Amino acid sequence: MKIAITSTGKTLDSQVDQRFGRAAYFIVVETETMGFSVLENESVAAAGGAGITSAKAVIDAGAEAVLTGNCGPNAQRTLSAAAVKLYTGATGTIEEAIELFKNGKLTEATSPNVDAHFGIDK
Amino acid sequence: MKEVKEVVVISGKGGTGKTSIVASFAALANSAVLADCDVDAADLHLLLKPDIKQTHDFTGGKLASIITKKCIGCGRCEEVCNFGAAVFNGPANDVAERTYTIDPIACEGCSVCFHFCPVDAIEFNDAVNGQWFVSDTRFGPMVHARLRPGEENSGKLVSLIRKQAKKIANELNKDLMIVDGSPGIGCPVIASISGADLVLAVTEPTVSGQHDLDRVVELTKHFQIPTLVCINKYDINLEIAKEIEQEAQQRDLKLAGKVAYDIAVTKALLEAKSVVEYSNNGIKDQIISLWETILDILNPK
Amino acid sequence: MSYNFVIAIASGKGGTGKTTIATNLAYVASDLGQKVQYLDCDVEEPNGHIFLKPQITGSQEITVDVPQVDPEKCTACGKCGEICQYSAIICIKEHVLTFEQLCHSCGGCFRICPADAIDAKPLKIGDIEFGKTGDINFVSGRLQIGNVRTPALIKEVKKHIKQDHLTIIDVPPGTSCPVVEAVKGVDFVLLVTEPTPFGLNDLRLAVELANEMNLPFDVVINRYGIGNEEVEKYCKAENIDIVMKLPDDRRIAEAYSSGKMIIEQLPEYKNYFLNLLKEIESRI
Repeated sequence: MKIAITSTGKTLDSQVDQRFGRAAYFIVVETETMGFSVLENESVAAAGGAGITSAKAVIDAGAEAVLTGNCGPNAQRTLSAAAVKLYTGATGTIEEAIELFKNGKLTEATSPNVDAHFGIDK
Repeated sequence: MKEVKEVVVISGKGGTGKTSIVASFAALANSAVLADCDVDAADLHLLLKPDIKQTHDFTGGKLASIITKKCIGCGRCEEVCNFGAAVFNGPANDVAERTYTIDPIACEGCSVCFHFCPVDAIEFNDAVNGQWFVSDTRFGPMVHARLRPGEENSGKLVSLIRKQAKKIANELNKDLMIVDGSPGIGCPVIASISGADLVLAVTEPTVSGQHDLDRVVELTKHFQIPTLVCINKYDINLEIAKEIEQEAQQRDLKLAGKVAYDIAVTKALLEAKSVVEYSNNGIKDQIISLWETILDILNPK
Repeated sequence: MSYNFVIAIASGKGGTGKTTIATNLAYVASDLGQKVQYLDCDVEEPNGHIFLKPQITGSQEITVDVPQVDPEKCTACGKCGEICQYSAIICIKEHVLTFEQLCHSCGGCFRICPADAIDAKPLKIGDIEFGKTGDINFVSGRLQIGNVRTPALIKEVKKHIKQDHLTIIDVPPGTSCPVVEAVKGVDFVLLVTEPTPFGLNDLRLAVELANEMNLPFDVVINRYGIGNEEVEKYCKAENIDIVMKLPDDRRIAEAYSSGKMIIEQLPEYKNYFLNLLKEIESRI
């Protein structure tokens, strides 16, 4: 399945970005093959609504699930509308986060775990 | 990589002395990154005299503009604009005696006119709303900006300044960022404080100061950011200063310090100096004590 | 004596004395028999009530329109999401989501929806209070904390400008959107500054704005004597009239700090405001 992980860098060795809306990149991985593509996050400099536009970007990329550190209320609502599953609390490298996900070690988040604007200057 | 701690100085009411105090903090810290987030009326540079190394254009949003030669003067843009930005005051062209123009100050970049113009006579492009700068100062690197008068202060430029300052702090391995915030409780203030480690609300012992402090600490509470209070020029009204102290206590807000009124602040400003550089007596000790309280809270032992 | 005239008291820098000037001016004008209105447009931090101490006679909740989508009529065409510049309304698969706090009330989604599926829903942004201080009509906006629609609330406050009155508008500090909304369409602007580098820096920005908006203005220097002469030099070089110089008097600061009107507490300053009123009247 296709999943999107927030990332500070462009490779599977990069650290998971703890923010969703203003994450540096989204790495979209096909978990069967581990083939992946890198999406630069256009929403980083957005005035407002970064969580929403980031969510739209990963939805349009065909992700069925998102792995991230933290996710605010607007993004969570948007992902939920597209039935994209959200997993927060992911840490380590992208590769490590995917392993945790595949082994069922990450719990699905059904509500936002941070307030709006969490990632605004981190 | 050291974690960069961020202290943001705000006030609610304008004119309580945020910028003067931030300049003194910059002098005392001597190895912090400085960010002037009062982009609407930036003043910190007058005290820190930055040597500008980089200048960047800032695009806050978009702006509509009418291609005069295509306009047929039908007025559809005026009909659909909720902000009164489409005005029937443009020159004649080949097909119309009068055309429309878009007032760039009134335009909010919503794109509605662009979508509804029947003859595609409207362009919708990125607007350059101001500039931001990266500079060196005698106390460390500084990021500040100048928003063009009349522009929307959505907080986007504020967020950009904080992000750049944080980036510089990380690159230079500095562990502290000091932010000069703006008055009020709106977008720019919200953008200054979100995610900060500590907020210092500077107030003055006046009824207006009390009133505005109430509103601004409600905002910091809403965003769950630890907040300290400082009473500047406290000896102008000792009674109200006392009331503010008591109110702070009742709301579980720590009073980080009190600074007396001192003409040295203005005299120092005239020489482009922070007050702690200018004089050795007077309020210097009070400011040092205030700064030390802040450091203790930012870096508990 | 009654005339139609709207004057805005503004400044680039915060804390220069806008509210002091506005409230005391309202008082002297009313005292002379002029019909006066005071509008507090510093809706984020309104302070006029502290000095005028109005008897409040009423209040009004102020709302703006945000979109509400009727799911029965919606065809999920996605046009609303495409036109919105603020991510306040988006289309995800077959769902339309609205994010009210991001809405600028531009009306785009309402207008573009081909299925007429979007209605206007009111969202509260703050309140307006009405009152009277003697014969002065008092109107003040107060933004709800956490809300960001400052210009929209200011626009609503200004709808209460009355004919046959001298209307004095207390403007927020700065030069951005809220200030633009507050000074738009007024007859005259008084720019209040202080004779310091901060005062001069921010005065230049305010002058730039006033010129861009084609608004006539004069300057008031408050706390005259504390700094240097650069503001005066600048005004002279730019042919800007300085219509009042209020001295730096600690007693003024103390009166202000207790919420007292200067002209009541220190009657010797009444002449300053009477002269200011004369200067303003000469511009009508």
